[in-house]
Amino acid sequence: MTLRDFINRLLGRQPASATLAKQRLQLVLAHDRSDLNPELLEKMRSEILEVVSRYVEIDVEGGDVSLETEDRVTALVANLPIKRARAIPLAAVAEPAEG
Amino acid sequence: MTAAPTRIILICSGKGGVGKTTLTANLGIALARQGSRTAVLDADFGLRNLDLLLGLENRIVYTAQEVLAETCRLEQALVKHKQEPNLALLPAGNPRMLEWLTPEDMQRIVALLAERFDIVLIDCPAGIEDGFRNAAAAAREAIVVTTPEVSAVRDADRVIGLLNTQGIEPIQLVLNRVRPKMMLNQEMLAVSDVTDILALPLLGLVLEDEQVIVSTNRGEPLTLNGNGSPAAKAYHNIARRLRGETVPLIDPAKEGQGLRAKLGRFMQTRIF
Ligand SMILES: Nc1ncnc2c1ncn2[C@@H]1O[C@H](COP(=O)(O)OP(=O)(O)O)[C@@H](O)[C@H]1O
Ligand SMILES: [Mg+2]
Repeated sequence: MTLRDFINRLLGRQPASATLAKQRLQLVLAHDRSDLNPELLEKMRSEILEVVSRYVEIDVEGGDVSLETEDRVTALVANLPIKRARAIPLAAVAEPAEG
Repeated sequence: MTAAPTRIILICSGKGGVGKTTLTANLGIALARQGSRTAVLDADFGLRNLDLLLGLENRIVYTAQEVLAETCRLEQALVKHKQEPNLALLPAGNPRMLEWLTPEDMQRIVALLAERFDIVLIDCPAGIEDGFRNAAAAAREAIVVTTPEVSAVRDADRVIGLLNTQGIEPIQLVLNRVRPKMMLNQEMLAVSDVTDILALPLLGLVLEDEQVIVSTNRGEPLTLNGNGSPAAKAYHNIARRLRGETVPLIDPAKEGQGLRAKLGRFMQTRIF
């Protein structure tokens, strides 16, 4: 490491490039492995949000849906902070009437 | 004939230029040295190079092409290494072989080799197209070669996915062109980053070593001349592990090289 690099890092200017490399790889491999393009992923994300919001009020801004990979297994991880539960789930309304 | 079935090992990477052919040549010599009757098959028909790295380019008479056409016997096409008679090369034929070669052709060649050798190493072409698929069709196990760089690791991952669907097992990893200093400074993916991401057992790591280029110039794989350089030592160790010996792995980023390296690590853990 050159002195300049060292000082840069000391000042927190940039993460080590190996860290960036790992993060970028994990992201790109999650996509490669799942064969989902960003467009499909976005569609899935908005549909998931739609379904979940029928039951609970969620903080869309603070939430995130992502692909995470570990040991060659890719998982869909949804992190959706709940503001409050809906008193009557909207879905109940949509369900076919009994009888 | 020995009782154990012949091991048919594919050496592949996805990305080109990461060190497949260099590994095949060095591993071939090392395995032969250690007593395994070894054949190396050049399956990179488009860009054949294995003959050159082994220094056998002037001794080729027939190739895999004539063996398949049955215009010569396997023995006539095999080129025995002068200094290491336990090793033989089956050279690649004309690049036009790519147009007609099928997975069944590769299986036929390898079946012939399996009658005479303990280990067959298949030097695979880059890419994931027909050349790769043909070579993989004949293999039972695989060594994936990669370097600690994003593009090489990504391509390795694609190849591992394909090997998995073909049921090839075990698949082991060789990490090539490792620069300990860069790893120590976190300017190169760490060994554990690569093994974690690819989820493969590590068969060995080979340092970046200028002697690799010198040996290529001469057409004499490093493993011909003992353990003289870091890469030569690594190739010998990989051969030993392949033959079932337990040889400990050293992590270059943990195995400090003297006080400076240790100091560097100390500073890193303290500050970050
Ligand atoms: N450990 C190493 N240290 C230095 N140079 C290397 C090392 N391994 C491979 N090389 C060089 O990298 C280049 C590509 O190697 P090669 O074995 O032909 O790759 P591939 O068969 O995967 O295309 C060659 O010039 C070779 O000398
Ligand atoms: Mg090659």
